[in-house]
Parts: sequence; structure tokens; C-alpha cells
Amino acid sequence: MTPLRFATVWLAGCSGCHMSFLDLDEFLFELAERVEVVYSPVASDAKHYPEGVDLVLVEGAVANADNLALALQVRERSRWVVSFGDCAVTANVPGMRNLLEGAEPVLRRGYVELADHGGQLPHAPGIVPELLDRVLPLHEVIPVDLWLPGCPPSAERIKEALVPLLAGELPRLEGSAMLRFG
Amino acid sequence: MSVLTLQVDGLPVAVPEGSTLLEACRAAAITLPVLCHLDGLSPVAACRLCLVEVEGSGRLLPACATTASEGMVVRTETDQLREYRRMAVELFFAEGNHVCAFCVANGSCELQDVAVQVGMDHSRFPYQYPQRPVDASHPLFSLDHNRCILCTRCVRVCDEIEGAHVWDVASRGAHCHIIAGLDQPWGEVETCTSCGKCVEVCPTGALFRKDDTSAEKHPHREWPAALRLAREQHQWRIP
Repeated sequence: MTPLRFATVWLAGCSGCHMSFLDLDEFLFELAERVEVVYSPVASDAKHYPEGVDLVLVEGAVANADNLALALQVRERSRWVVSFGDCAVTANVPGMRNLLEGAEPVLRRGYVELADHGGQLPHAPGIVPELLDRVLPLHEVIPVDLWLPGCPPSAERIKEALVPLLAGELPRLEGSAMLRFG
Repeated sequence: MSVLTLQVDGLPVAVPEGSTLLEACRAAAITLPVLCHLDGLSPVAACRLCLVEVEGSGRLLPACATTASEGMVVRTETDQLREYRRMAVELFFAEGNHVCAFCVANGSCELQDVAVQVGMDHSRFPYQYPQRPVDASHPLFSLDHNRCILCTRCVRVCDEIEGAHVWDVASRGAHCHIIAGLDQPWGEVETCTSCGKCVEVCPTGALFRKDDTSAEKHPHREWPAALRLAREQHQWRIP
């Protein structure tokens, strides 16, 4: 059997979902036998998102221009996109800056108003990705095939979702063990 | 006490006269999602999660505030009801600022519970991010309007059980919010006895004790029913 081409992506999130993924412990060995990891901040050195990905877990909200570009690439090049964790599903903590209504007020708040002295707006075009005016859940940017909520989703929850996905089935997530936010 | 019979999802159910449809559903072991309803408090039908179909009625009826009658035919699990319930829960999440990750009620929140119950894995509605304040003027408790779903349990428990009527509801639509006293900072309201019943019945983390942080709220939502039982039937069932 050809191994599944598997990827994980880290957008605007704390990497906690990836830490929870690593908590899969011995299941990671089983996973490693059944998939080829083609892109992942925790399991691959690939710098570019490849073509022909079968399954991808996307952690994090879409908060800046790099997140947006990668999300679009992910959708174009992947069969199944999983919105992985509360930040991807709801925008969660990264989305709280939406209360300040726009990228400029957010930067002003962080770099000028709260600076002890000599605060200034960061300006590094082409180096630091521009913030989007609004932080978005992944499904508001690209179509998503499965939502796996949780902050983070527990290792058990990730495993329960992965097992059917590896067998080629999109699971239907139900009940507190699989669906609960937070 | 006379008994009447009705049908819920095809099951015959017998309940005492005067029972609500919610009680009839419970008698049939059907758990409807509820947020504003709380045993021991009067019904207000504010959250619309317990809507059911009643044969012969042209509109959906809230089970918590509809009295059962002889021969009624009730349906609780139609595609339309399932869709409306899920939509209502998604709208609750979208209209406030509910960030479960660090909320004081994370893990013991009834909004989280109903999201699971209706199978909500994401919101199809964009989040509104309304500008809402936090009232931390009371020495023991705080009110975070960002997490308030306007169930009015606090209003009712304070009025009906504590008898202080500190809380009320002001404004309409998206501006609707809970107020203390005559729209004063909570800490300045002299009628508040600091009993904490409002904190105990709040379904979310909107009302909380100041010394509780993330996921530390463990409320006693059974208190109103127990207090009412104690007062009216002289049975004391608070552990």
C-alpha cells in the first residue's frame, strides 16, 4: 500500500495542538509506518508545501499574509484539510485582536501605546508578514473537510479522528470526547 | 392530582396536570438542550433551544414554557428542529466574545455542553466581536458581559429566590445587556446581599468569583431547585 502523504501546518496558533499531536506517543510509530510526512514543523524539514498531499492538519487561525498564502496553497494541493484545534476552528485567542478592529490599531496598541519609551510601528516590508485586518477561522478562508476542536484537542481525540482518516474515511465527530471546545 | 397522557416522539407519556412539555420530554427520557431554563426558576423561553413541534400548532413552541395537554402529539427530533438548534447555538457563539481557552468556566460551561449536544463543530456565522465591558466593581464577584448570553437566570434567581432583585435587562437587540441596580456598577448596588446565587446559576463564565481563574469555576446550578424544595416542601437536599 502506498503510504498516505501526510502534512501538518502551523498558522497563527501557539503550537499547543502540535504538542498534543506529539502526545500521541507510541501511536506516532504506527503513524510513521502508514504515512509519509511531506511537510510539518515538528516532523519534516521541508520548507515548501508540496503537491499531492492526502491529509493535512492545519493548526492556527489565519492572521497574516503568510498564513493566508499558505492556507490557499494547502487547499489547492491537499485532498483532505482538517481544521485542527480551536484557533483554526474559531480564531480563538489570536482572534481576540479583532476587538481592536484592524491591523493598524493592533500594531499601535502593541508597539506604541504599551511601549515604555521610544515605541514605533514595525516596518519591514518583505521580511515580516503584514497582519490581516481581521483574524479568520480557517473555514472562512478555504473550504475545510473536517473540524477537530479543542484547545488543544487531546491526543486521544486526535487519534480517534486520525484512525478513520488513515483508512480513507471522513469521520463524523460526535459527543464530548470528540467535539468539545476549550 | 389528575394525570394526562400525550405522545412525545411516538412514545406515550403520562405526566401530572400542569406539567410543561419539557417535563413531559424528561419523563420520556428525552434530553432537550436548554440554556435559559433552570429547575427552581420560572420559565422565560429566552434561548429557544427547547423548541418542539406540536401537531396542530402552526409554529414551534418552547417546551419549557408550554403546558402539556391531553392528547398532544409532540416531536422533538425533526431535521428542521435539529438545524434550528444548531443554528441557535452557533449564533450564541458568534454574537458574543466566547474564548473557551482561558475562560473561568471552561469545562463547566453549559454553552460548551449544548454545542456538543447539537453537534456544533464550527460556526457557519462570522464572529461579531462586539465591544462589551467587564464590571469588576463588586468586592467578591465580576460580570464579564463578553460571555453573557442573556439567559436571565441571574435576574430570576435574585428576584425569585434571594428576593433582592439586583439584576435586570436593559436595551434591545444587539445592545441588550444585564444591568445591576439602576444601571449602576454592581459594587455600588446596596440591595445586593453578596449571596452569590447569580454566580452559581450562570450557565457560562459571565458571572464568576474573583479568586477563580481559567477553568476554576465549579458552579452549583442545582441550588435554586434545592432551595425551592426546602421552602415549599420542607425537604433539605443540599449536600
